[in-house]
Amino acid sequence: MSLLNRTAGALYRRPRLRLSLLLTAPLLWLAVLYLGSLSVLFVSAFWTTNSFTSEVVKVWSTDNFHELFTVPVYRQVILRSIGVALSVTVLCAVIAFPLAFYTARVAKPSRRPLLVVAILTPLWASYLVKVYAWRLILSQGGLADWMLKPFGLSGPGFGLPAAVLTLTYLWLPYMVLPIHTALEQLPANLLDASADLGARAGRTFRSVVLPMVLPSVAAGSIFTFSLSLGDYITVQIVGGKTQLIGNLVYSNIELNLPMAAALGTVPVVVIVVYLLAMRRTGALSSL
Amino acid sequence: MRLTRTLQVTACAAVLLAATACGSSDSSSSGGGLNPPDLKAQSKLGKSEGEVNLIAWAGYVEDGSNDPKVNWVSDFEKQTGCQVNSKVAASSDEMVKLMKTGEYDAVSASGDASLRLIASGDAAPVNTSLVPNYKDIFPDLKLQAWNSVKGKAYGIPHGRGANLLMYNTQKVTPAPTSWAAVFDDASKYKGHVTAYDSPIYIADAALYLKATKPELKIKDPYALDQTQFDAAVALLKKQNADIGEYWSDYLKEISAFKSGDSVVGTTWQVIANLTADEGAKIKAFVPKEGSTGWSDTWMISAKAKHPNCAYKWLNWIVSPKVNAQVAEYFGEAPANAKACEETSDKNFCTTYHAADTAYWKNIAFWNTPIAQCLDGRTDVKCVPYAKWVQAWTEIKG
Repeated sequence: MSLLNRTAGALYRRPRLRLSLLLTAPLLWLAVLYLGSLSVLFVSAFWTTNSFTSEVVKVWSTDNFHELFTVPVYRQVILRSIGVALSVTVLCAVIAFPLAFYTARVAKPSRRPLLVVAILTPLWASYLVKVYAWRLILSQGGLADWMLKPFGLSGPGFGLPAAVLTLTYLWLPYMVLPIHTALEQLPANLLDASADLGARAGRTFRSVVLPMVLPSVAAGSIFTFSLSLGDYITVQIVGGKTQLIGNLVYSNIELNLPMAAALGTVPVVVIVVYLLAMRRTGALSSL
Repeated sequence: MRLTRTLQVTACAAVLLAATACGSSDSSSSGGGLNPPDLKAQSKLGKSEGEVNLIAWAGYVEDGSNDPKVNWVSDFEKQTGCQVNSKVAASSDEMVKLMKTGEYDAVSASGDASLRLIASGDAAPVNTSLVPNYKDIFPDLKLQAWNSVKGKAYGIPHGRGANLLMYNTQKVTPAPTSWAAVFDDASKYKGHVTAYDSPIYIADAALYLKATKPELKIKDPYALDQTQFDAAVALLKKQNADIGEYWSDYLKEISAFKSGDSVVGTTWQVIANLTADEGAKIKAFVPKEGSTGWSDTWMISAKAKHPNCAYKWLNWIVSPKVNAQVAEYFGEAPANAKACEETSDKNFCTTYHAADTAYWKNIAFWNTPIAQCLDGRTDVKCVPYAKWVQAWTEIKG
């Protein structure tokens, strides 16, 4: 019997060995590279730097976290970032729902795949190209100004609203897709039953459609929320002078790595809290 | 040509960005009382070692791999037999770290890294008589605070540039003459003022206060005691209300001035040229208070394994023809006076004020703010760069 056959036989007889051989590589990846880097991030947040050379000094101290909670500018920026992430999420949900309803239930079934592709096309273009396009749209005398001029208004210019608007555009497909899927799977007979029982469209929406689709909205919101919370490039390009957490991390990374790490743990904590909250809606099972 | 210019500005932006994102303090050193380890400069050149390891800003050591037309390394290799291995550093911090490894022979350090390298003994004094082209370097670049200690040269000047005030000639009237346009009078252009996004910009505010608030007694914008520093920070916080956006990316600034989102603010000569080329109605100049600027220096490692090749490189990079090439590619004023005859654009040196001594007199070149005041005061402590970084975050809010 060849070595290959014998090995195969041994593996067949020992399911545990088989399993451990199969899982070692991915588990190592998860534990060492993924969780490992996260924990290094967390641990290094407790170190300090040599102020002359900017080299990391491995001495335990909680100064960075103390600063994080006591310096007003950090608190402000953290709250602003969470605010941006929440508003992007709400805007995405509000825009995505009717859009997904159309693509999943109103449009002709033969056209639906095409519409889904159309929703996905922006994801094929480079992130930077899209954000710079928005910079042109929102700049003075740009498309936004030109369109609002007949109404005596002007565009928002660069700033926080511009950043929220651009992020909403960027992450919208991530919200549309889960809602589209949920609406598509909604059994038609439930809607019929609701109508048979005398419910009007509004009532059907509130009592039948919304409860069934809500977990998908929550699932989409996990994408939009976490992607917005971590973004720092969009806000640099269209955000005017606005700073978000990502910008603070970026500005500290060269000179004060431990402070950057301390700032970096903030979005991690916020997102863990957000995920726990979303788990209660059942969103994680509809991802 | 288009690509060349883009590269040149990218390099420029990268360098300047990086140049400011560094520096820190050390209580044991200062421009006045800096006591570097007593190292000896090489007295004569020996045989070539066959290779040389360089740390450089992007765009300083080009061997044609980025753009086949931009190449001043191959000829050096042919003439000297020294193979060039170069490492592009993204920041002054990275340069300092790389120099500490002892694996590199020479570095193109900006004013905020050079002092640290000298103080820590990583950079050796340079025997300028071994660099024949040194005699043609503009005198006002020789033996300055950022490239020498007590009259001993630690490097060969490479090039320099100033931070200018740029304004939209149609929207900003009357034409400004002072930095007041972006400070005390900034509210006139609320939401359309721009400023350089880096802690080193605090020095620009200090420079303005030096002229307008004599009671603060600011002598050097990089040596600020707590009171002077607080005044500069307060001025910048006030300015923040009128800022449309801060820029650190040259593309962003060009597009903002083209569209009118920014109408007044700081810039570099090369960005001003590009913005004007794209059709924007702008002007850029040094206001009456003077300005801040940068100046880079080639330094030799104290642990250099290939010092002879390193000296040959120093001489090569400031030789008239090569210095002209680098300066034009990068968008800065060359250090070698004879380089001005070698530029492909005959007006290049005039545009960049290369030989204009009076122009550079008004420029306060970037330096590392450290706790011991660089202006020689001993009765107070100055605010170190780490605190500048923190304050910058707070200014932006």
